[in-house]
Amino acid sequence: MASVTITNVQKNYGAMNVLSAVDLSIADGEFVVLVGPSGCGKSTLLRMIAGLEEISAGEIRIGERVVNDVAPKDRDIAMVFQSYALYPHMDVASNMGFSLMLRKTAKELVLDRVGAAAKRLGLDVLLQRLPRQLSGGQRQRVAMGRAIVRDPQVFLFDEPLSNLDAKLRVHMRTEIKALHQQLKTTSVYVTHDQVEAMTMADRIVVMHDGVIQQVGTPLELYDHPANLFVAGFIGSPGMNFLPAVVNRMGANVGAQLTDGQTIAIDPGLPVEDGERITIGIRPENIEVGGTDTLKARIEVIEPLGLSTQFYTKLADLQVCIYAMGRTDRKPGDTMGIGIKASDVHVFNPATGQRIEPKA
Amino acid sequence: MIAGRSRKARILGSIGLYGAVAAYVIFALFPLFWTLKISVTPQSLLYSEGITLWPSSATWENYKTVLQATDFPRYFLNSVIVSVITAVLVTIIASAAGYAMSRFSFRGKTTVAVTLLLTQTFPLVMVIPPIYRIMGELGLTNSLTGLIIIYTAFNIAFATFLMQSFFDGIPKDLEEAAMIDGCSRSQALRRVIIPLTLPGMGATLGFVFTAAWSELLFALMLISSDSQKTFAVGLLTFIGKFAVDWGQMMAASVLALIPACLFFGFLQRYLVTGLTAGAVKG
Repeated sequence: MASVTITNVQKNYGAMNVLSAVDLSIADGEFVVLVGPSGCGKSTLLRMIAGLEEISAGEIRIGERVVNDVAPKDRDIAMVFQSYALYPHMDVASNMGFSLMLRKTAKELVLDRVGAAAKRLGLDVLLQRLPRQLSGGQRQRVAMGRAIVRDPQVFLFDEPLSNLDAKLRVHMRTEIKALHQQLKTTSVYVTHDQVEAMTMADRIVVMHDGVIQQVGTPLELYDHPANLFVAGFIGSPGMNFLPAVVNRMGANVGAQLTDGQTIAIDPGLPVEDGERITIGIRPENIEVGGTDTLKARIEVIEPLGLSTQFYTKLADLQVCIYAMGRTDRKPGDTMGIGIKASDVHVFNPATGQRIEPKA
Repeated sequence: MIAGRSRKARILGSIGLYGAVAAYVIFALFPLFWTLKISVTPQSLLYSEGITLWPSSATWENYKTVLQATDFPRYFLNSVIVSVITAVLVTIIASAAGYAMSRFSFRGKTTVAVTLLLTQTFPLVMVIPPIYRIMGELGLTNSLTGLIIIYTAFNIAFATFLMQSFFDGIPKDLEEAAMIDGCSRSQALRRVIIPLTLPGMGATLGFVFTAAWSELLFALMLISSDSQKTFAVGLLTFIGKFAVDWGQMMAASVLALIPACLFFGFLQRYLVTGLTAGAVKG
């Protein structure tokens, strides 16, 4: 096991800049998820750690060793591909034992290790099958097995669950997490699915346009998104954003919406009277039937049994409200809603950055 | 199947389809059948019997003569030598070139591809005079080596594109997985990519073999001595000044079909797997 240190790493394809000055330290044994929309550079970064992509500038270390010019085979890493990349002409056992065989490991030991990994993943009865005779879920397990047989310094996962159906995806997600808790191997996991990121990660790295937006634990990102991008990307249903103007009234500070209604915000924030801001409110932080004077008109109601989702119009914008329990209300009704000042995230609309209270 | 189509319409459709296939097969195979028929017809019956589907008495006499009294076995052996060596050479070179075209980006890649394509656009007749001059200077006229060199050169372009498409069909992930598992690029090529490309190589081998086997133009222009003739040129020796010995010519032709048939019989398994290989991806 080893740490991974990425210092000022860049990637250019000709004049096109895909990654600009990425810095990231991954601790030994940590499970880090790189998440972002497609084309954000997350897979490129992973492939650079793997050695499949050249590094245009900067430095990547695995443990203490700089690996910029080390061939993938000598980096002591294992990777699970989105396509699984199982060797079609080899059976499951050979697929899993391939790396050990290349390292001239004694045959008994290879059988032992493959057997143990197969048992752990429930593949022991499939060892003689060819990849084409396996289901998608089984292929995914073989790909996992091939990685853990190695006992590498670092596991790399490139969207390993995106080819599975929704149910199996949730199941494998838990399995991968359980596996990591047993093996404690440093893991870097790439996904575009923020739910996967939230559920699996020790720390999440949110990327956008080749730049790291924020690094933090799932809840840090959820509670204190650094900018509008992270705020919108993390959480489902997503955060509601509303443009507003700061309205200072003595000790209280309000955000006045375009329709004139005002939402109270943290008075400690460094904002001027009349300043334009964007406020963000998570759907579950809006209280239905609150005592506040704020009014929203219901457009669509989605009953989920345990909870209810309201899609409402507030200041001419769609606002999603997530409330526990069930409701008698009807679409078209206008209802009072309550929002606590401490639950309102405030952003600078020009830079997109979060506005924090002065220390 | 289109819903609502009656049973009768479906049966008629099937009859139509199989009828068309049968008609095509008959159309394609009839000349071969005629070759076979003439080859077993005794000389005496050839013109006297009129047009019949099968002669009233069949004979192996033509085959015996061709094998024992003519130079045909020599021609046949020459053809085998030229075709096999050409096929193997082209397959090796085209595999290497196809792999490079599929996997690497290098300066001049487009130029190379366009040039390869361009060589395919000239009518062969146009290039024969210069090639004859060049081969003459090199002392390669009237030699099997000369033929092998020319066939190899002319088949490489198409074979390279063919092999490139086979390599393109193999996901890059597989190679990368192998390289992470501990292979160098050449090991990944040997242990993962080549086993998966065998059907493609089989197809290329078969294609080039048949092309070289039946080539007439260059062989005719470059070969003059009997000892170096390939069978395609050799067949012409059955055309005498005053008469054509149809029986022997057809017997020789049937014999010439055998290697091509054997070759495809052997390759068929690979060709079929080659065509369906994409189905198991992922």
